Amino acid sequence: MEHYNMNLTLKVWRQQNAQSQGQFETYQVKDISSEMSFLEMFDVLNEQLISEGKEPITFDHDCREGICGACSMFIDGQPHGPWSETTTCQLHMRQYKNGDTIVVEPWRAKAFPVIKDLMVDRSAFDRIIQAGGYISVNTGNAQDANCLPIAKDKADESFAAAACIGCGACVAACKNASAMLFLSAKVAHLALLPQGEPERRSRVMNMVEQHDKEGFGACTNTMACEAECPKAISILNIRRLNAEYIGAVSSGRD
Amino acid sequence: MALDSKIPQGELSQKWTKYKANCKIVNPANKRSIEVIVIGSGLAGASAAASLGELGYKVKCFCFQDSPRRAHSIAAQGGINAAKNYQNDGDSVYRLFYDTIKGGDYRAREANVHRLAEVSANIIDQCVAQGVPFAREYGGMLSNRSFGGTQVQRTFYAAGQTGQQLLIGAYQALERQVALGNVTMYSRHEMLDVVVIDGKARGIIARNLVSGKLERYFGHAVLLCSGGYGNVFYLSTNAMGSNVTAAWKAHKKGAYFGNPCFTQIHPTCIPVSGDHQSKLTLMSESLRNDGRIWVPKQQNDNRKASDIPEDERDYYLERRYPAFGNLVPRDVASRAAKERCDAGYGVGTSKQAVYLDFAAAIERYGKIECNKHGNHNPDAATIDRLGKEVVKEKYGNLFDMYAKITGENPYEVPMRIYPAVHYTMGGIWVDYELMTTIPGLYALGEANFSDHGANRLGASALMQGLADGYFVIPYTIGNYLADDIRTKAIPTDHPEFVKAEQEVADRINRLMSIKGKQSVESLHKRLGKIMWDKCGMARNEQGLKEAIEEIRALKKEFWSDLFIPGTVEGMNTELDKANRVADFIELGELMCMDALERRESCGGHFREESQTEDGEALRHDDQFMYVSCWESTGDSQWTLHKESLNYEVIKPTQRNYK
Amino acid sequence: MNWKQAFTSSIGKKLVMALTGVFLILFLIVHCYVNALVFLEWFGPLGRGYKAYEGAAHFLGSNPLTRIAEIGLLAGIILHIVQGLMLFFDNKTKRPVDYNVHPGNKSSKWYSRSMGLLGTLILLFLVLHLYHFWVPNRYQQLVTGHEKDLYLLMELTFKDLWVVIVYILGCISLAYHLLHGFWSAFQTLGLSTKKYTGLLRCVGTVYSIVIPLIFIAMPLSFYLGLLPDAETARAATQTLAH
Repeated sequence: MEHYNMNLTLKVWRQQNAQSQGQFETYQVKDISSEMSFLEMFDVLNEQLISEGKEPITFDHDCREGICGACSMFIDGQPHGPWSETTTCQLHMRQYKNGDTIVVEPWRAKAFPVIKDLMVDRSAFDRIIQAGGYISVNTGNAQDANCLPIAKDKADESFAAAACIGCGACVAACKNASAMLFLSAKVAHLALLPQGEPERRSRVMNMVEQHDKEGFGACTNTMACEAECPKAISILNIRRLNAEYIGAVSSGRD
Repeated sequence: MALDSKIPQGELSQKWTKYKANCKIVNPANKRSIEVIVIGSGLAGASAAASLGELGYKVKCFCFQDSPRRAHSIAAQGGINAAKNYQNDGDSVYRLFYDTIKGGDYRAREANVHRLAEVSANIIDQCVAQGVPFAREYGGMLSNRSFGGTQVQRTFYAAGQTGQQLLIGAYQALERQVALGNVTMYSRHEMLDVVVIDGKARGIIARNLVSGKLERYFGHAVLLCSGGYGNVFYLSTNAMGSNVTAAWKAHKKGAYFGNPCFTQIHPTCIPVSGDHQSKLTLMSESLRNDGRIWVPKQQNDNRKASDIPEDERDYYLERRYPAFGNLVPRDVASRAAKERCDAGYGVGTSKQAVYLDFAAAIERYGKIECNKHGNHNPDAATIDRLGKEVVKEKYGNLFDMYAKITGENPYEVPMRIYPAVHYTMGGIWVDYELMTTIPGLYALGEANFSDHGANRLGASALMQGLADGYFVIPYTIGNYLADDIRTKAIPTDHPEFVKAEQEVADRINRLMSIKGKQSVESLHKRLGKIMWDKCGMARNEQGLKEAIEEIRALKKEFWSDLFIPGTVEGMNTELDKANRVADFIELGELMCMDALERRESCGGHFREESQTEDGEALRHDDQFMYVSCWESTGDSQWTLHKESLNYEVIKPTQRNYK
Repeated sequence: MNWKQAFTSSIGKKLVMALTGVFLILFLIVHCYVNALVFLEWFGPLGRGYKAYEGAAHFLGSNPLTRIAEIGLLAGIILHIVQGLMLFFDNKTKRPVDYNVHPGNKSSKWYSRSMGLLGTLILLFLVLHLYHFWVPNRYQQLVTGHEKDLYLLMELTFKDLWVVIVYILGCISLAYHLLHGFWSAFQTLGLSTKKYTGLLRCVGTVYSIVIPLIFIAMPLSFYLGLLPDAETARAATQTLAH
């Protein structure tokens, strides 16, 4: 792969804190290597800002290998930028060419208030999990792991749903700022396993209730979430969530 | 202070059983009025917080990330070991114990490691019960694979995302306790000091990273589950935020630091591509199940990998270690790669890389698949296609990650890999109960020094983190807290809280008021370079002495020329980083001192002065059969205490993977 | 768990949309079938289409069961509209600060994002459509006890070019609304499983194209004179009867 350097124009959302008004600022960065990751390009910009005595741009990031789910930039109209199945930290600069202008915004949703610059508060996701995204088993309760055979396809499907990294790209991409993909991934992960059976009805009802309480919108099946999910979580999970919900609603049990 | 490791008496295999039967416990009613602080929400922290919450303690759990689910345990790829012997291949608790001790080059405590092997099976049971979707066979049973340093298949996994799945399991258990009101979660909070009252850990000072305010929290006990300190090297496979600050503050307050120089350099990481590099990315050890590592037989060979014929390739691990081949332990594989590159056989533009090649695996799997389909005379294209499908199913996410980072297709050209800092075996010294030298202060998971000796085997970090959190601390903490049931919650206006907060505030103000010219990042990079060059994969006396001087000079520069923009109020990520790097600098100095003092090679610690004729690590059991326990006695001043290691069951020998 | 919660949560609201949507999809089949009977004019002796169509219309118009079904249909439509508008306005509040750069069609189809707009267009069309046919027919039925000659009514209505254009536009809106709505309803009802989702999408696409096309064919055929006028057709039925 040929390496090259580029100069770019960046328009970045700056906002001092949750209370203040934000605005876009325009920055020029020079000699960006095509081998850098998108966040390393931001590191360069931040070092530049610091050398000018200015405050660097605040953004969430941690593992930088696409698994922690912390990074969260809305790049040129797409959460995590233009590469499919890729988090911002794994987006690399060879996507861009010299002279490009890139617009970077925070996730926008009522349930994800901006904390500072590009950093948002995603604690609503934790509260959705608190509402039922678990199996109630205390440490020490467990029987031998192989006492519970689980068909490979079920286990694989459950894993595919559990691969969600909780980054919030689904919410950011959805025109309704709905968190159905996130919610459904957890419901599907647990509903597909026999361990999840005892609590499946209360789980789905409580988690949906919390989802709504947090201020996320309703799903209208536009599928933008699936298209933008860095872990390719399928909307088949939303199908399963809906079926679980109907099952819980229509269940004869109280 | 005399070090007491509190290892129970009796036969090794009975120690933990006996301990559990005899340790003191706190009754349920009393648990409700006892508060426990947990720092960190990775595998150790989340599992400890959840388990203690389940028991009825009032738990406060802190993490600097926006959610406990982001802790860096999430990035562990390959798997988790457990002595289940589901494969009927001769595994047992003893064999896991033996492999771990041997893998650690005989620098770990027998009793701790045996306990780890004993509870390993419970961890798998617990995780399955929580709904962790481990990989399974068609019959519905759990699947296993091999990892380095072992000859059995005991590694449980969930594709290349085992750490993620285990952490999500622990995170869900934690959130359940939050919902039940047993645990209070403090996200975006960083612990900046431990509060010691009457000789016991009684709380912490934390900075709310959003408001910038310092906050005081009381706890009858404090658990450090804050992970390792690999980021002292700047470039490592750790997350950007991984730091030593919580552990370091405890160390400064009296907790001894054990074996700080024991660092694991992981052999298979994506090589550095330039000065801009902010972190290194691991390619799971599981890849060594199927990938073959090689370099050209000819020095400075600039041909493309595909142009180098088979007989001009040097599969140096298979050549040097026929018994374990590509699955030798990490320290051995890393050094072998460095040796080849230093000798001029490296590949890629930087010449600091070796090939990890899947061509043979693709062909092998392709043929198996063809056979399965009843095609006994397959053409090369069919074999290639089916083989790639199998490899994709096994390692697809890792291959995708490699392709995104390097822009190369690893299905077509061999991966280029090079060793990188990955894990720190050293950490806060703890006794058998995981208690540090400060009563009431515990260290769990990677934050402690305990179970891996001088080198950790693959898939054992997840095992240790969860063992400590789920199955060890719930017992051992009771043994301490049972004597504390009459202690009422100490109000946080206690003079020690006030004093500790003032000290933290003073340091922050000092950092902010330097107003020099250099950024935190640039100073951190320089520290990393010193550490990597002189306290990295190979160390020698002269280099280490130079490193200590250089670090001291850097420390001076840091405290006189640092520039942090912004203010103390509100979110200030540069200030957060400065707090962490200031501690890394101090730690770096201690690591070099420890490496200098240990004039032997063992595991990941390779002193060039101490090697066998064929370049293997040479231990000196007569002189260094101990844990180095460093006590902080002032600025850049430490006293060394030694905990001697007594091997009752295993007889230490020169490790042999040939 | 109570029934109110079941239908007022974000999924519950969608269930209302899906259930009424499926009901309307079924209704459209009946409506389309009856209307398409006029095209029998092209496949037989003169007056065959007229007779079949008037017969079916009369059967539906005079049957008390259809009267009841009509109330259900009206309720379904109103529920679909009200719930749809509420969802639309409610969802709009979930992103108080909008993006500067919009994703456009990179990750979703324009019509999937425009169900509110398409629905509103269909509603406006529906009002006109009811004004043209349902209102006069029911009015006459109420006053005289006899139904109108609907074939004639169509013929007269579709003499105006602008009416034909509005009907075509209305049906195009309907097509796109269905293109998303058909599969979406089954997704919401939890029926679009991995196995069936392809089939449902396929059937949905065919349905969304065929039904509106048949509807469009009617005003177009009358306007272009491709169907016989009502008088001729009615006269021909007299001979058909013998």
